[in-house]
Amino acid sequence: MTWYDSFLQQLVDGLVLGSFYALVALGYTMVFGVIKLLNFAHGDLYMTGAFAGFGGLSLVSGFLGAGWLGIFVAMLLAMLAVGCLGVVIERVAYHPMLGAPRLSILITALAVSLVLQNAALALTGGQYTAFSTDLGFGGISLGNLFLSYNQIVLVAAAAVLMIALELFVSKTLYGRAMRAVSIDKDMCRMMGINVSAVIAVTFFIGSGLAAAAGTMAGAYYGSIWYFMGFLIGLKAFTAAVIGGIGSITGAMLGGLILGLLESFGTHIPFIGSEWKDVFTFSILILVLVFKPTGLLGKSEVERM
Amino acid sequence: MDKHSPPTPTDVDEHDAGRAKPRHPLQKLYAAFESPGRRRALHLTILAILIVTPWISSQYTTVILTNALLYVVLCLGLNVVVGYAGLLDLGYAAFFAVGAYTVGILTQQFGVNFWAAIPFALMAAALAGVIIGGPTLRLRSDYLAIVTLGFGEIVRFTARNLEITGGASGLSHIPEPSLFGWHIDSSIDFYYVFVVLAVLAYIASQRLFDSRLGRAWLYVRHDEDAAEAMGINRVATKLAAYVTGAIFGAIGGIFFSVNLGAISPESFSFQQSVLILLAVVLGGMGKIPGVILGAFIVVLGPELLRDFGTLRLLIFAVLLLLIMLFRPSGIWPEKRS
Repeated sequence: MTWYDSFLQQLVDGLVLGSFYALVALGYTMVFGVIKLLNFAHGDLYMTGAFAGFGGLSLVSGFLGAGWLGIFVAMLLAMLAVGCLGVVIERVAYHPMLGAPRLSILITALAVSLVLQNAALALTGGQYTAFSTDLGFGGISLGNLFLSYNQIVLVAAAAVLMIALELFVSKTLYGRAMRAVSIDKDMCRMMGINVSAVIAVTFFIGSGLAAAAGTMAGAYYGSIWYFMGFLIGLKAFTAAVIGGIGSITGAMLGGLILGLLESFGTHIPFIGSEWKDVFTFSILILVLVFKPTGLLGKSEVERM
Repeated sequence: MDKHSPPTPTDVDEHDAGRAKPRHPLQKLYAAFESPGRRRALHLTILAILIVTPWISSQYTTVILTNALLYVVLCLGLNVVVGYAGLLDLGYAAFFAVGAYTVGILTQQFGVNFWAAIPFALMAAALAGVIIGGPTLRLRSDYLAIVTLGFGEIVRFTARNLEITGGASGLSHIPEPSLFGWHIDSSIDFYYVFVVLAVLAYIASQRLFDSRLGRAWLYVRHDEDAAEAMGINRVATKLAAYVTGAIFGAIGGIFFSVNLGAISPESFSFQQSVLILLAVVLGGMGKIPGVILGAFIVVLGPELLRDFGTLRLLIFAVLLLLIMLFRPSGIWPEKRS
């Protein structure tokens, strides 16, 4: 295998990984945009989404099969369920806290994360659950480069979701309201925008995207467990920061960049794959220290 | 912000500060402990209970209480960072790990005497405090939280990947210390060691709270810019909080490692940091008795719920959420403003 083929293979792996990061990062960045909250429970919504997708697949696999169609329907069900869960979480836990000190809101988010994790732990007993599908291992060979159909479909699905989101935010009325709320909530209220509804929609979409990523990751990697959301939550946050938190395009870009960095970074001599996570968090710290606004974020004066 | 005024750092304190008389039954109970005479009586009572307990309870209870006292030390340390200086630290377990690993490596791999290794562990933790604090303390609060989280994970992954730290399985057979011929090895011995540590941490926290530095932290927490205008060096003050917190954490880690005799990277996970932070917030940030109460709740709560099996952590998490929703400034909030 020449270095060129190896390069392409890393590129493909990085894109797959980056798609997951980007989908999860979008939820972080959207929620941060509208209510300036770091939703620590977001990684756990991804985990919940994986379990919801698993449940959805066992519901529909009887008549649709566990192939692409079944997984697609299961993913839609998971997005719907987890989207609603996200709205409920916002209503129950975050909404009453919006006037409280910043630290209290962060802790509440941590508590929500613990509730979701421990609920999944109690339901599964901490075991890995096999996410079995009928997806094959077929693919296209281009020279020495091998692209599995799963990878292609996954990256394409992620791209479709992200394009749909971009269109929603830039073209629709609710998208415009969402952008307005992220700039000035009080002014929006005066203009007759239903801010609570906009926040609810934001949570619905952000959580739904995390669930989509969770279902796809479950189907792609073949197993799910209650703690799967923690590390990807941190990494997706890193991706959101790299792209500039609050910026939707930035989150997509940050996710892909982080996926590629991890994929290539682990093949640099001296940085073995066991240092992959150290590498990622070092990037996070470096970006926050030297360019806290990220690639596309706007600088903002701290209001506390 | 919906239906509320914009959040300010002083909200916690203003909530209680303006009231002359305590109205809430809990507040009445707390107020009963505020007078100096009663406080001394309370201190002596608690100390007496702590000394007597291991003789009248099972070994299991002693071990759990030792763990609770360890958490008292760690929580009082984190309280300096979060409660006094108002800096959210989500990677506090890193300092705990630095203390534990420094002593573990020096005593077990280099045969250094335990007491001689302590100063090195403290220096290592203080250095870690400066390394993480130095470049990041200028960041806004939630970014700081994430940086500390990232730092905590870096420390854990590093401990897992290096050979000197024993990799994923960690270090074992860390020798037990002796003091003037007293070989500290039974669970009761360690219980008393942790009683002494917790009392020292309590006194140190109280002294820091009343000190010039303690007032500087209060000022920086409430209004950084005004503090700076008054001649307080903002970054140095925050750094002092970090280093102090790091040293408390390292002391906890040092004695944790010899108590268990074995440490592994998983003892210093993000969950550990979160648990310590939850204890601080639950009890009441900045309020010493509140923080101690929080430490006991966090350790004893899951033990008391043990009958519920796998559901106990879930019940515990839901309780935490409810407490945050109904008493966001903690069970025993700090009033000084």
